[in-house]
Amino acid sequence: MCGIVGLYLKNPKLQPKLGAMFKPMLIEMTNRGPDSAGVAIYRNPVKKNEVKFSLAHDDPAYDWRKLCAGLEKSLKCDATIRKIGNHCILVTNAKEAAVEKWLERHHPEVRVVGSGHTIEIFKEVGLPAQVYDKFDLDEAKGTHIIGHTRMATESAVTTAGSHPFATGADLCLVHNGSLSNHNRLRENLRREGMEFQTENDTEVAAAYMTWKLRGGATLKEALEDGIEDLDGFYTFLVGTADGFAVVRDPIACKHAVMAETGDWVAMATEYRAIAHLPGADDAKIWEPEPATIYTWGGHA
Amino acid sequence: MNELDLGKEGVTGINQRLYGLPKNTNERHWSIRNPMGQHAIACGLDAPLHVEVHGHVGFYCGGMNKEAELIVHGHAGVGVAENLMSGLVWIKGNASESAGATGNGGLLIIDGDASSRCGISMKGIDIVVGGSVGHMSAFMAQRGNLVVCGDAGDALGDSIYEARLYVKGKVASLGADCIEKEVREEHLADLARLLERAERKDNPADFRRYGSARKLYNFNVDHADAY
Repeated sequence: MCGIVGLYLKNPKLQPKLGAMFKPMLIEMTNRGPDSAGVAIYRNPVKKNEVKFSLAHDDPAYDWRKLCAGLEKSLKCDATIRKIGNHCILVTNAKEAAVEKWLERHHPEVRVVGSGHTIEIFKEVGLPAQVYDKFDLDEAKGTHIIGHTRMATESAVTTAGSHPFATGADLCLVHNGSLSNHNRLRENLRREGMEFQTENDTEVAAAYMTWKLRGGATLKEALEDGIEDLDGFYTFLVGTADGFAVVRDPIACKHAVMAETGDWVAMATEYRAIAHLPGADDAKIWEPEPATIYTWGGHA
Repeated sequence: MNELDLGKEGVTGINQRLYGLPKNTNERHWSIRNPMGQHAIACGLDAPLHVEVHGHVGFYCGGMNKEAELIVHGHAGVGVAENLMSGLVWIKGNASESAGATGNGGLLIIDGDASSRCGISMKGIDIVVGGSVGHMSAFMAQRGNLVVCGDAGDALGDSIYEARLYVKGKVASLGADCIEKEVREEHLADLARLLERAERKDNPADFRRYGSARKLYNFNVDHADAY
């Protein structure tokens, strides 16, 4: 099972309503994935010399201020934090790699769930409606958003095993389906220096994409190579800095439907998620073809 | 025309209203509003009704229909008109995968494109698709006609039995045991009848016919690779 949903706004006037428009889409997919939910929202771009991290800790009372002060002192940088649920958005002018290294050394209990200039990732176990409320997404403004409702099959129901998975700066992946060669691929990627937090199959797909992109591939090339190297059934939705991409396995095992109007582009596992959007009744609706990469917003 | 609001009555409420009608009812015309992509809308109709759905529907719409005419003014999700027994299901938009799966009879018309596995295991249904069909269409098709006015995807008619497949455009590839066959007078007559019912202007002479080579009916070790 699992449900995936994405919304990309073509009309900038709708940006203040992004979170409100997306909420019923995610909640409609609850019975495809009641175990956990997550979203990646693209909003509040930081300055060129800054980087934005989405961090998570299981304890909602975790002292993020202390972490922030420690980071500023150690790396002689400026940093701000915004606590949202048990996640924290950290913005700093320090180098991304240096921050990651510092966190790993001094705060190994903190998980880095995403990083980039615009992306913010929130994910947690529980019903999609609860997760959405927890992270104050109702009022969220932004350009585009992707989400996932999970019914776990391959690995445990944990926050770390929830989607989206980050795959590089401003990139993330959500997945409906399951991969059959993820154990071997994980071992191969470990030899290439990639690190893993879970036994989850989607994390392997995300690491594979990250590894390809670091090697200089474009997103489209990485996805094309994925069609060759990832065995199993899947529909992937990939969030990018300025849009999203959709790809299905070569025999299109898992459902997917696309819809487009003059105001927005939406993708979902089932149309009923899209039906809540204004103008959906008159949208152009079609099913994406197998092994074909669809992109919106350029970048790929 | 009797109006039903799915937003108010829900799928079960609407389906129960339609099942509850006696076969000789005078209330034959029904219109369903606010379908909101919900699943199993107007499934199991069993009377000569005329039902129109205004909007896009979810999975399995019109499944098991007997006698009724069901018109959907929008897109249909997975498995539309699954196991159709008789009557008509007409989709004015595109359809997702497995349209008309295992249909026993009746007619399914899709004005736009159908996706993969259209007519999978069809057992007597007639299907007319105004656009194209995806891969593995008419997989293990046993009886009935599949008419495609656009193109067909890979592995058309894989492991087909006795269904007849007509494609006007390109066929990406034929599945195991599916071959091109001669178009005879009776086929042109069938095509003309089905195209007319779908209100299409296509010329029957422009279609090519595909069907079973009948080599996989019984296991034969010489064909082991094809199974």
